[in-house]
Amino acid sequence: MSYRNRELANLVVVGVLTALGFASVYIARQDVVSTASLSYAGFFFALYLAAHLVARYTVPFADPYLLPMAGLLTGIGLTEIYRLNPDDAFRQGLWIVVALGAFAVTLLLLRHDYRRLESYKYLFGVSAILLLVLPALPVFGQSVNGARLWVHVGSLQFQPGELAKVFLIVFLAGYLREKREVLAQGRLKDFGPLLLIWGGAMLVLVETNDLGSALLYFGIFLAMLYVATGRALYVAIGATLFLAGAFAVYHYVGHVRDRVTIWLHPWTDHPVYCGLTGGKALRQDCASYQLVKSLYSVAHGSWFGTGLGKGTFTTTGGGQLIPYLNTDFIYSALAQELGLVGVAALLLVYMLFAARGFKIAELANDGFSKLFAIGLTFAFALQTFIIVGGILRLIPLTGITLPFISYGGSSVVANFVLLAGLLLISNRANAERT
Amino acid sequence: MNRQITKLALLGIALLTALIVATTYWQTWASAGLADRQDNEIQRVAQFSIRRGLIRAADGTILASNRIKNVGGQKLYLRRYPQGSLFAHLVGYSTQSRSRAGLESSLNDYLTGANSNLDTVLKTTLDKIRGATIKGNDVWLTVKPNAQRVAMQQLAGKCGSVVALDPRTGKLLVMASRPTYDPNLVESHFDRISNIQAACSPAAPLLNRATAGLFTPGSTFKVVTSAAALDSGKYTIDSRFVDRGYCIEYGKQVHNFADQGNVESFGSVDFLQALEHSINAVFCDIGKTIGAGRILGTSKQFGFYQNPPLETPGNERAPSGLYNKGKLFYPSDPATQVDPGRLAFGQERMLTTPLQMAMVAAGVGNKGVIMEPHALDRVTNPSGGVVVRIKPRKYKRAMTTHTADDLTRMMEAVVTGGTGTSAQIPGVQVAGKTGTAETGGPGTPNTTWFIAFAPAGAPRVAIAVVLQNQHGAGGTTAAPIAKAVMEAILNGKSNP
Repeated sequence: MSYRNRELANLVVVGVLTALGFASVYIARQDVVSTASLSYAGFFFALYLAAHLVARYTVPFADPYLLPMAGLLTGIGLTEIYRLNPDDAFRQGLWIVVALGAFAVTLLLLRHDYRRLESYKYLFGVSAILLLVLPALPVFGQSVNGARLWVHVGSLQFQPGELAKVFLIVFLAGYLREKREVLAQGRLKDFGPLLLIWGGAMLVLVETNDLGSALLYFGIFLAMLYVATGRALYVAIGATLFLAGAFAVYHYVGHVRDRVTIWLHPWTDHPVYCGLTGGKALRQDCASYQLVKSLYSVAHGSWFGTGLGKGTFTTTGGGQLIPYLNTDFIYSALAQELGLVGVAALLLVYMLFAARGFKIAELANDGFSKLFAIGLTFAFALQTFIIVGGILRLIPLTGITLPFISYGGSSVVANFVLLAGLLLISNRANAERT
Repeated sequence: MNRQITKLALLGIALLTALIVATTYWQTWASAGLADRQDNEIQRVAQFSIRRGLIRAADGTILASNRIKNVGGQKLYLRRYPQGSLFAHLVGYSTQSRSRAGLESSLNDYLTGANSNLDTVLKTTLDKIRGATIKGNDVWLTVKPNAQRVAMQQLAGKCGSVVALDPRTGKLLVMASRPTYDPNLVESHFDRISNIQAACSPAAPLLNRATAGLFTPGSTFKVVTSAAALDSGKYTIDSRFVDRGYCIEYGKQVHNFADQGNVESFGSVDFLQALEHSINAVFCDIGKTIGAGRILGTSKQFGFYQNPPLETPGNERAPSGLYNKGKLFYPSDPATQVDPGRLAFGQERMLTTPLQMAMVAAGVGNKGVIMEPHALDRVTNPSGGVVVRIKPRKYKRAMTTHTADDLTRMMEAVVTGGTGTSAQIPGVQVAGKTGTAETGGPGTPNTTWFIAFAPAGAPRVAIAVVLQNQHGAGGTTAAPIAKAVMEAILNGKSNP
């Protein structure tokens, strides 16, 4: 079977799974959900069929599993968002249309040779920095939940960091491809760029108060630097610098310090100072409220989960038990309803997606393609680790999105552009082999 | 570069594997621990999606049922208590805001179908897999609503409690406690419960006085002392005493009960008469003779110094015994640490629960054997099959059969011609004992008691009544209540 026919077959399976998901939500929640919910599945399938046709035209030799996997993840996300709040699912559906539009445009624009992006690397670099500092600007910037990550234009909310991530990867792939021989010598003056980017990451950390984003950008950079130069020393020095910087920031920025305290000691037996009220409260009732409630949600899922649409997210009065459920904490909602069996399978899909990405990087023939693919793939894996690891208390919790699943327009758009990039690289590598 | 890519791929896979491992940890290993945490509302709310079993009285009266509420598209089964405050303390409540109490708490596993009964496990697992609503088991209690209603009416406006048992089986028939509360108000109108006014302070409406209220037993404790004395072999029912109206302890006179300022004095009496008229001086002398150690030892045979068995949560029951500075106190050397004379007539630091005193009466009535008190009769599954049926079990032998027979005669005399005549029931021989415990100095209100069983020859009911802040004596305040409740139980048809 050809690449694209395999992709189509997989998409049909994903379509059926998504329809089943919506159907089970419909059955579990008939009182609030109408039969219209099933039309979501149909709409969803039509959308991916269109994306498939674009891929068939533009990237015939590309990996046939990535698009179905992205479809499966967005399908699961949309189902869960629908279950939590049907209105949000409608908006998310619109964003998926926009994202697949961006996906198609990216493929169409770059179908002949994406490698010309390399010549615009500095443009991408500067744009990435602009996008990153945008939320810190007083006019557009908006602080949500203690972190400045949002841009507000009129009624439109946008998280520019998501797109900056892809731009940064393009820049780094171009830059490191050019300088990798020089950098590999490991001379003292070659540490310049490393320090510069480290400084940038620290600046992002201080400006946005967001440990997660800083960790993500710097992690992507170190990974690409390592692949480009093959020098573990860079990684060691970079990681040390990052930890030292984070430690310093930890001491001077209250928000970051709080996040770490919450991470280490989410529960207290005695009331402690509560910054939200100014009084004293148990930490689980105050600062670590979100983390703790979300852990309860995960734990409640146990082996098999409560079943889609059967989880407990509201009080008997109808109030929310877990805040930010469909964005930052969607994993804890899924963990409760799908159980260990379900979310372990979900994480395996993430793992497979990453594995395909790494495979593409290996198969790619030129340095830029390899670096580009590795950047996109590692960004995807690291972002998943940072948000889910935060929810599971492996690392301090920071509010970033779970790729393809979380509610949020900028995230979906950025991840579909990321997917388009991987397909382009894969297409080229496979086309040259055949 | 492929060597580095492979290494990085391994790192990426390792990071995602760590997520699966951590998820496994939280969802299996740590799951139960988190479920038990106080602030875990999910756990509590989630249990409302289970169709909780009904709680029924012996005659089938529904004491707790469900009210279906739709929240966010989910069917929640919230509790409703059709009988209001009637069985508030025994049944308790199941709410989101204040968790659970009473049998709603201790029988939660049955009510939610979470018990380990094989049949229940199979059914709930099937329901879970099918995504169907999990149905809990119904529990059937031994209590009798008619008699309970009489008890609650009798206690109206007072602070006190009534406990009635079937001495043959240990079945709990009545468990009344006032002030009480309406369990339907716990979830959203708790202020109306906490702000109530009562004839005692603190009102403590949530306190189940029947099992956790500790009161000075006064002369009702003489039944325990008498059992100790008769079992010791040093006394018989015919032993003779001379009552001078007081007894001398530590060089001081301890007087008999003073009615309107006149200290009673009976002269030459036998043991039966001493109990019949509740003569403190005689019991004081008996106490000094047999010693505090023997009395406390016998009290243990009655179940003192142990949390009495019952299905309610352990923290809603209290053991009876001597209390020192709020703590249960068993003297290492009773001879020097306890005043035997005052202990003999139920003062000293002796505190008892109504349930324990009902068990004392039941023990005498049932030929010296106390049956294990239980409020649960059976558990049935949604299709009506019996999951568990509670069988009568012997709890303790409190005294010899012979002693029990003698004590029965003595307690009959109390009702026939002694301090407890107002408990007489036409056509039924009642055996009882009054108690009027001083809780402060002279002139301050008393705690009054009446314990009894009937019919004396073959008792079907044993009862304890306690009233706080009374100005009369046990015979005039508590005995009529005991009479009314016993009549309601004995006249009830469904009492084979």
